[in-house]
Amino acid sequence: MPSVPFVLDFTLHQGAFTLDIHERFHAQSVALVGRSGVGKTTVLDAIAGLRRPSSGTIEVAGHTLFRSDSGVNLPARERRIGYVPQDVALFPHLDVRRNVTYGAARATSSRVALPTVLELLEISGLMDRPVAGLSGGERQRVAIARALVSGPHALLLDEPLTAVDAELRQRILPYIERVRDTLEVPLVYVSHVAAEVEQLADHVVRLGG
Amino acid sequence: MTGEVLDVTLFSVAMATSATIVMLPPGVALAWLLARHSFPGRSVLESLVSLPLVLPPVATGLILLHLLGRRGPLGGVLEWMGIEVVFTWKAVVVAMAVVGLPLLVRSTRAGFEQVDRRYEQIAATLGASPIRVFFTISLPLARRGMLAGAVLGFSRALGEFGATIMIAGALPSTRTLSTAIYSYTQTGRDGAATALLVAAATMAFVAIYVSNRLTDSGP
Repeated sequence: MPSVPFVLDFTLHQGAFTLDIHERFHAQSVALVGRSGVGKTTVLDAIAGLRRPSSGTIEVAGHTLFRSDSGVNLPARERRIGYVPQDVALFPHLDVRRNVTYGAARATSSRVALPTVLELLEISGLMDRPVAGLSGGERQRVAIARALVSGPHALLLDEPLTAVDAELRQRILPYIERVRDTLEVPLVYVSHVAAEVEQLADHVVRLGG
Repeated sequence: MTGEVLDVTLFSVAMATSATIVMLPPGVALAWLLARHSFPGRSVLESLVSLPLVLPPVATGLILLHLLGRRGPLGGVLEWMGIEVVFTWKAVVVAMAVVGLPLLVRSTRAGFEQVDRRYEQIAATLGASPIRVFFTISLPLARRGMLAGAVLGFSRALGEFGATIMIAGALPSTRTLSTAIYSYTQTGRDGAATALLVAAATMAFVAIYVSNRLTDSGP
């Protein structure tokens, strides 16, 4: 897939913490790295529209999501940014099918079709199960599917493999690679693990120096 | 149980059920507002909602009488529309709803506060409007708190006396469990009063038991 333009050039204040990021680049898959507490999740939250920067610009794949000098600040529901948080946050009262299709209503123009996603992530057989009974790897794949089915311009993954063991990590990584290569959805990926970054990312943003 | 005792019991249950239905929409909206939003006057609203909990019920009844009486600001409008409230069954429902509302709001608010905001945020990133997030994520996840609050509000409504006697009296057409127990005791009908006491205590026990089970169980 071709690289897409990213502008992550903003300042965000949160209590005594200030996050400064000034990056403009083209990439297919971006890794955000840096020590714990440096603000990696805050960057993802700002891209998704869950935290508002005090100033600056956020553009993903040619879409302006936030631009303080022209007063642009799209609400999260209008950004078309798929987000898989660290705890995956599957809706506990809905089964897998209703989780995965939650965002399908807005995805009429999406290039990502539901059957393709189910096949790619191998979750067709899980659709009628409650989310409480899923394993760690299944939860990750369902959360990625849910984000993809909403037809996002980009997919944010917050340390998706932190909570799983090394063996499971090796089994899930190929799914993420498939999303990047087959569905051509740009990724922004937070990780502590150098091997993951090397395997997935074609651009690395280091936070906190 | 005599026919009269049965009639009073059924009337009370019908009135308390109606009051619960009436208080649910504003109660849930207030609970969500207080749990999820900061705004000027929030503390004042919080105090106003809780006021019927600490105000003597007779005083609450007097306020309602002033509001809904013929010369009251609401009562005048209602009379112009041909709706009579005071000393009718509608007054019983209003009194019950007003005194039950604080319990419904408190429990439902606690239910909303226990919902992880991350679920609501992720739903928004999936394109859901605030209304859709409320009805598909927040409310279902807070349902136990809301149901527990509804049961508590219902049981409070069922036992309501002071406000009811002020605004609806204890007429044959507005007689509830509480007002009937009082009337029967005053007129020496101890047997009927005791039968109503047993009915009231049983329903209150079941309501508290159900509410506690709902609150104690997981999501």
